[in-house]
Amino acid sequence: MAYEWDFAAVFRHSDLLLEGAANTFRLAGSALLIALPLGLAVAMLRLARIPVLSWLLAITTDIFRTAPSIVLIYWFFFAFPILAGVDFAGHTAVTLALGLQTGAYMAEVFRGGIISVDRGQWQAATALGMGSATRMRTIILPQAVRRMIPIFFTRITELYKATSLAAAISYAEIVQMANRAASETFRPMETFTIVALFFFTTIFCVSRLVRAIERRVAVPE
Amino acid sequence: MADEVLRVEGLHKHYGPLHVLRGIDLTVRRGEAVVILGASGSGKSTLLRCLNFLEMPGAGRIHLEGRLVGREARDGRIRYPNRELSALRMRVGMVFQQFNLFPHMTAERNVMIGPMKLRGLSEAEARRVAAANLEKVGILEKARSYPAQLSGGQQQRVAIARALAMEPSMMLFDEVTSALDPELVGEVLLAMRQLREDGMTMLIVTHELGFAYNVADRVVFMEHGVIHEEGTPQQVLLNPQRPRTRDFLRSHTLFRLPEQMHDDPPGPFALTTREQG
Amino acid sequence: MHEWDFAFLIDQRHFILQGLLGTLRLAVVSLVAGTVIGLVGATARLSGSAILRAVGTGYVEFFRNIPVLVQIFWLYFSIPILTGVQPNAYAAAAIATSLYAGAYLTEVFRSGIASIEKGQWDGARAVGFGHGMTMRYVVLPQAFRRVLPAFTNQVLEIVKTTSVASTIAYAELLYSAKLLSEQEFRPIEAYTAVGAAFILVLLPTSAIAGMMERRLARHG
Ligand SMILES: Nc1ncnc2c1ncn2[C@@H]1O[C@H](COP(=O)(O)OP(=O)(O)OP(=O)(O)O)[C@@H](O)[C@H]1O
Ligand SMILES: [Mg+2]
Repeated sequence: MAYEWDFAAVFRHSDLLLEGAANTFRLAGSALLIALPLGLAVAMLRLARIPVLSWLLAITTDIFRTAPSIVLIYWFFFAFPILAGVDFAGHTAVTLALGLQTGAYMAEVFRGGIISVDRGQWQAATALGMGSATRMRTIILPQAVRRMIPIFFTRITELYKATSLAAAISYAEIVQMANRAASETFRPMETFTIVALFFFTTIFCVSRLVRAIERRVAVPE
Repeated sequence: MADEVLRVEGLHKHYGPLHVLRGIDLTVRRGEAVVILGASGSGKSTLLRCLNFLEMPGAGRIHLEGRLVGREARDGRIRYPNRELSALRMRVGMVFQQFNLFPHMTAERNVMIGPMKLRGLSEAEARRVAAANLEKVGILEKARSYPAQLSGGQQQRVAIARALAMEPSMMLFDEVTSALDPELVGEVLLAMRQLREDGMTMLIVTHELGFAYNVADRVVFMEHGVIHEEGTPQQVLLNPQRPRTRDFLRSHTLFRLPEQMHDDPPGPFALTTREQG
Repeated sequence: MHEWDFAFLIDQRHFILQGLLGTLRLAVVSLVAGTVIGLVGATARLSGSAILRAVGTGYVEFFRNIPVLVQIFWLYFSIPILTGVQPNAYAAAAIATSLYAGAYLTEVFRSGIASIEKGQWDGARAVGFGHGMTMRYVVLPQAFRRVLPAFTNQVLEIVKTTSVASTIAYAELLYSAKLLSEQEFRPIEAYTAVGAAFILVLLPTSAIAGMMERRLARHG
């Protein structure tokens, strides 16, 4: 017997999904707000090669990168508040978990981009008489940033997808809202098809945009 | 003619809108060494790559040892079946500017792999073939080294041995010394001259004018995808008739040592000393 | 101050072992299936046929751009509707993680093969090798070594991904921890222990992959 798809039932509950989508964006945004400055700071500190600190930062970023995102989310939701004696909502827990993890990834992206610039470039800039700040700003960063673009957006995409894991602690992002919509409509297949398309379309469009940007700033190598 | 190894008639090649080869006619006889000169971008590499079908030629015909390569279709165009091309490439050896040795195999393996997999030689036979050819280019003692452990000149000689091991009826050389440090150029050119003396048929793209003068039977000057001037080394290199050829030669001989420095001892490929061969 | 007490983990070791086995089973299945899919996918993406290339690209884009949780949920709810059999957490999780891993591994293999210089193809064809022989004797042996670090990293990602299956009550490590923490009222110890378990296994492996990568960058 062929299954009869019925998307109309889902669209009657589109308010749930829209609210979920808004929360998904909010979550990704607030995690990025932590991740970007954190990643930049850690990258700079590690590049400064401060003896013990660099080593500690390396271990910490590695730990955050190897733990599964969903385990971090559980930990920050169930364990961290008791340990720290604070009380916060699901949103904060997920933001912390994904923000810190993405920060660790971003630190590697920034650091990797900067050290990928050929040593000859540093020497040539120094030979021209540039100070370290000018050298960084005019010679190293422009090359590093160009090279970082693809992996930078890969990390953002992975973060965006990881926000779906907030559903595991019943935070009202789009997957959780889809769960709720599905139990009201009894149309889980349609509902999750729409959620899948939601993620696919947003990521697909952004990745096209990024590719266009990449082409704009590309220099022949 | 029976002793023609290669005959090219009206060969054309386009890269999109770029018309790189515009009707090349060229014949190479058995045992002949032909050197191709020409400015960068004149289509020398493209010609060689078409002759080995690393690039598909456009219009035109290629005859190898008296037989047309490919099948002529009704519309007059020539189709090149894959099976035939693989067999043809075994009969035409090619050596590249960047060596293109297989880095995960020793020098010996590089030479053995073709005879074993394509000519059906046993491991022991292939090893003998490899030894003979590595010996011929003077590098047998490096048989067990990996390409990364060899100098550029040594790698290039292994590449020559790899091509020789397929027992080709002719060899194509595309600027095989251009990626080498100056002091390594001589050893590769010497190996090539040895081949010439053993009677190998060769088509050579090079910028080494001294080598062309001393080793070539014929020199061909290419310009904008056509053969612009052609003749003996003496004619083309010492008495060029066309202005473009003269400009090219002048730019290649702008800075030379004074003549007397060549006298003692005479360099093997000095432009001014024709050796007895 | 919290009083740490991991003792209950030892009392419940059978339960934890079961979770560990669940994680292992899912990881091995998706690794094997993902590798097979990845090899087929990479072949398609590099083939001469425009249709095969498009199918391969479509597959990669589709499965990489949808969160694995959504794929797991979709399958979990759809398998009963489409096939009439009972919802099965293991089947849904295994299919979803395999397809997800396959998409990433397709890219790993494809970029490994594509990273072999054009000169290697020229050299092999000049000797007389056709496409198949060039692949077999020249390209794949080199690509294999180059791909190893990226492949290892992807294996680690697959192991991490299995923990998402806890959301549909598949009994892997995280799900065991969840049940235990509720039963013993010890969320801190339970979740810290799972996190530590993953980190202790994966971190050294990823360090080895990193070392391989650096060696490869130096020696080519
Ligand atoms: N694969 C390709 N696609 C597009 N254009 C190409 C390709 N290969 C070569 N060309 C172009 O064809 C022209 C001839 O190139 P070719 O490499 O044959 O020159 P060449 O005489 O060998 O020069 P050089 O001395 O620099 O090696 C050049 O303008 C080059 O840019
Ligand atoms: Mg060339």
